[in-house]
Amino acid sequence: MSERTVVADQEPKPGAGVAGAGTAAGAPGERLSRRGGLAGYMDDFVARLRSGELGALPVIVGLVVIVIVFQSLNSVFLSSGNLVNLAQSIPSTGIIAIGVVLVLLLGEIDLSVAAVSGSAGAVLAVLNANRGYSPLVAVVLALAVGAAIGLLQGLVFTRLGVPSFVVTLAGLLIWQGLQLRVLGETGSVNLPVGQALQKFGQASFVLNTLGYALAVAVSALMFLSMLRQAQRRRAAGLAARPVTELAIRAGALLVLLVVVVYVLSQDRGVPWTLVLFLALVAVVDLVLRRTRYGRAIFAIGGNIEAARRAGINVDRVRTSVFVLTSTFAALGGIVAACYLGGVDQQFQGGDVLINSIAAAVIGGTSLFGGRGRALSALLGVLVIGAIANGLLLVNLKQQDRYIITGVVLIASVVIDSLARRGRQAAGR
Amino acid sequence: MTATVRERPPAPTGTPVLSLRGINKRFGAVQALTDVDFDVVMGEVVALVGDNGAGKSTLVKVMSGVGPADDGTIEFEGRPVAIPTPHAAQDLGIATVFQDLALCDNLDVVGNLYLGREVVRIGALDEVEMERRSLDLLRQLAARLPSVRTRVAGLSGGQRQVVAISRSLLGEPAVVILDEPTAALGVAQTAQVLNLVERLRERGLGVVLISHNLADVFAVADRIVVLRLGRNGGEFPVQDVNQDDVVAAITGSRENVVAERAARRAGHPEAESVEEPDAETPHGAEEEVR
Repeated sequence: MSERTVVADQEPKPGAGVAGAGTAAGAPGERLSRRGGLAGYMDDFVARLRSGELGALPVIVGLVVIVIVFQSLNSVFLSSGNLVNLAQSIPSTGIIAIGVVLVLLLGEIDLSVAAVSGSAGAVLAVLNANRGYSPLVAVVLALAVGAAIGLLQGLVFTRLGVPSFVVTLAGLLIWQGLQLRVLGETGSVNLPVGQALQKFGQASFVLNTLGYALAVAVSALMFLSMLRQAQRRRAAGLAARPVTELAIRAGALLVLLVVVVYVLSQDRGVPWTLVLFLALVAVVDLVLRRTRYGRAIFAIGGNIEAARRAGINVDRVRTSVFVLTSTFAALGGIVAACYLGGVDQQFQGGDVLINSIAAAVIGGTSLFGGRGRALSALLGVLVIGAIANGLLLVNLKQQDRYIITGVVLIASVVIDSLARRGRQAAGR
Repeated sequence: MTATVRERPPAPTGTPVLSLRGINKRFGAVQALTDVDFDVVMGEVVALVGDNGAGKSTLVKVMSGVGPADDGTIEFEGRPVAIPTPHAAQDLGIATVFQDLALCDNLDVVGNLYLGREVVRIGALDEVEMERRSLDLLRQLAARLPSVRTRVAGLSGGQRQVVAISRSLLGEPAVVILDEPTAALGVAQTAQVLNLVERLRERGLGVVLISHNLADVFAVADRIVVLRLGRNGGEFPVQDVNQDDVVAAITGSRENVVAERAARRAGHPEAESVEEPDAETPHGAEEEVR
């Protein structure tokens, strides 16, 4: 595997009296020295686990355990029909969780997301069903309500220096009140049956051919961008991943997507709401990893003073993240309203807030800022959604679902703090 | 080949690049600096020493724009200038590495080096270019780090200092001010940082080294400027003085507690050093000595 060998020659300066220990240190790769092939990957993997870089492993193990437990309790769990139900139920909370990931990366918290999503859903339903606005206008206005709320909360936080916890805790009450006011006397508004919004939430699916085409397109896009990156790295004399590895990664994604499309297509298909959620995860992932804005968010979460001294406009970034978080919350509320076919006083109440925050944390985003990624919204909401779905199948009541979801949340945070301890021991 | 740090043509080695004259600074009733003169010369390491409260930090703040002087003149490359803000200092080419380093633990070395001045290509971060330039820079400085993709959280104190100093060089400064760069470092890590200081001098930069540790000062400085009670307390070419002279200038008396201790250890006047005990650092043992 010549491609993986360390490229840069580390010439010791004459007269510097270099001790031998420095040789591995100058390696410019993404990793230090590595054995070739699969063995090398195993080495990396084990080393990372040892040092507490667990990545997505705990979530994936958790998901496997959940699947095994519920499948053995009720064989309906893995049926296509039930998986479509699951796929329909997670996007709204998942979209809210994307916003939570963003605000957690800053090292802040937004407790108002569920209330904001409830208000946005109420605005959508009232505008569309009672006032006769077209679905598109109603959606745009509901999103605007979310963005405005985010701007307000962000400004109170950054300009007046009120802790985000307090601002958004007050917001939780205020926007719940707004939701009830918007809904008015009747307290419940149904979206017109058979029209765009209700159909989008309940009855629009990607089936067979289109699904496979999307899967192939996404995998090919990922492969090409990774390939391009590797070529540029090689041209610049940096260590790059070999083409076979890129092909394996893209291939694995392709297989995963094809299996999902195939299984869900046995029933109604892949809900468009899920496609929307996945697309948003991908976009936010790119923004976080590949733009200056994303880098600024991580920097503020890591060391706000360093970010400020590096010339980052800390207040503007923080305010904008609050706007994004509330807008994602509003979108989650819109999707939820479409999925439920209407909005009532309990809409987005109950466990939506805790589920969206738990999803971000279970997915691996740190509560302490600076560590996390968009994908955690997806992984976390899969865990939460699978548990809720499975518990319904085995006829557990609401109260037991709360208890079990709470235990899972605590377990994930415990894993995170143990991993952090591991990182500290390993000096990361 | 794009050199990441360019050698500045305008001021050849040996000419003063930054000259402060008659600097006064007052905080309420406290006169922190009184008529202080200070010169930074290209290609020279000037150590700024003095006891606690002597005005070292105040003078650094004047030069870095954090706390401008009340009066006095500042010349940079021969022109009179004002340094009212940190930004103005950076624009002139004065980089300051403060003691707290201001690094983001959760970002890797490249991310920290380029924080706030990322290289962007078609709207996206150009990681390839940033990584290549980072490696270039670190290689030019002969700085030893694990992979540049290591998170800063995983670096030792000395390595962090190296990252912070390297970072300051990306702005292509003429003057680099290092505030206590070896405080709290182990022996090997200190040596690593001192090597880097010498590398900066080789590049023709003017280096200001603030330190309490006279052993470090004597190891790398060319000139020692002593502040005492906010005034110039003496200036020595390093080859013409010994530590006793400097300690005398710092304390203002030949009969100081350091000299007393030295005298007590009969026959070994040199064995008594004035350095503070080195703090234990967790990574000190594994650090390579260069």
